[in-house]
Amino acid sequence: MAKITYIENNGKSHSVDVADGLTVMEGAVQNNIPGIDADCGGGMACATCHVYVKDEWFDKINKKSEGEDDMIDQAYEPKKNSRLSCQIQVSSEIDGLEVHLPVKQV
Amino acid sequence: MIKTDALIIGAGPTGLFTAHQLKLIGLDCEIVDNLDKIGGQCIELYPDKPIYDIPAIPECTGEELTNNLLDQLKPFNVKFHLGERVDELKKDNDKWKVKTNKGTEFETPNVIIAGGVGSFEPRKFPPKECEQFENKTILYSIKDKKIFDGKTVSIFGGGDSALDWALELSKKSKVYLIHRRDEFRAAQATVDKVKELSNAGKINLITNSQLKTVSGNGKLEEIEIENDNKETKKLKTDFALGFFGLIMQLGPIANWGLNLNKKTVEVDTEKFETNQRGIYAVGDICNYPGKLKLILSGFHEGALAARACFKLARPNEKYRFEFTTSSKTIKNRLGVKSD
Repeated sequence: MAKITYIENNGKSHSVDVADGLTVMEGAVQNNIPGIDADCGGGMACATCHVYVKDEWFDKINKKSEGEDDMIDQAYEPKKNSRLSCQIQVSSEIDGLEVHLPVKQV
Repeated sequence: MIKTDALIIGAGPTGLFTAHQLKLIGLDCEIVDNLDKIGGQCIELYPDKPIYDIPAIPECTGEELTNNLLDQLKPFNVKFHLGERVDELKKDNDKWKVKTNKGTEFETPNVIIAGGVGSFEPRKFPPKECEQFENKTILYSIKDKKIFDGKTVSIFGGGDSALDWALELSKKSKVYLIHRRDEFRAAQATVDKVKELSNAGKINLITNSQLKTVSGNGKLEEIEIENDNKETKKLKTDFALGFFGLIMQLGPIANWGLNLNKKTVEVDTEKFETNQRGIYAVGDICNYPGKLKLILSGFHEGALAARACFKLARPNEKYRFEFTTSSKTIKNRLGVKSD
């Protein structure tokens, strides 16, 4: 279990407990957090679960999947700390993770 | 005006199998899709990825699934309208009048939305000020490459489209190729060729940079790009081309008076009908308690929606349930010999 904080672009913050084994995307969808669309349902076939990971967390979470950067190319305003939240695995090791959501997902 | 028993929006697996079910029970149908090819997400998003949960097919790719569904449709004459997006849907007595963005018009008692996650549209440049130049000097696809002759063209993107066009246009134009990182996802041979032309000074390659803003009086004159270190650079340019792939948007479907839930359409589970009589939604785009976004669910939903269409298309006839193994009528429709 990890506490994950999702911060919307307008600054509104949502902290939820997400079970181990889920992804950061699933944690958002299951808790109805606005701003994560996840159109493809976690197949890494779209870029609508795009998040910015706070710098101090970027190296602590699991590394990017093969092809993830190709999809991030297609995200709205990608940055150096961009990730697809469907590719971030939740475990107690990332308890306290904060991710910022982009202005929009398309 | 094309008259048909049912119009299917979306040529993905669900739309294709729904067409099969309609033809099997003796209804005619036509299919419209915004993409220029058949197959929907299976072809656009994962043509090479294996799928493992199609009943009785242990493993197949998105492309194989599409081809098999087309094979299954072969006995029937189903007309496809590709590269067209349905824009308007209007009630006219007990019929629906449907119009596409290319002006094709249909009149039908039944419209089946098998639109997946909506229509695929090109992903656009984020800065708002780009809109004023859109379709004139800021483009997301190329229809006539001659307009670039002798001009300066800034191409954004790191995939095959961006790199292929950079190579092609570098013959007659000054080309900037700008990408947000320094790795490209295009075919290796293309990437090598771009690097070769870049070393030879024929393509101006700028990596780790993105578009910040654009300016111009009536037409694009200058773009400003920003790199990872927040340093900006202004480039004189006549055209900016963005190749960032496609995004999925619900599009005009949102304006048809249907009950929506996020990006999905609410239906009943008997006919897969929406809150509008004669409009059905099947596959990934529909929503009901327990909905699973699986291809196999789309097949089931399409089969039931097709039976519901019969009632409105043939109000004076009674639908009779038949098996393909035994029905002479169905075998005739399939063009196979009955025993």
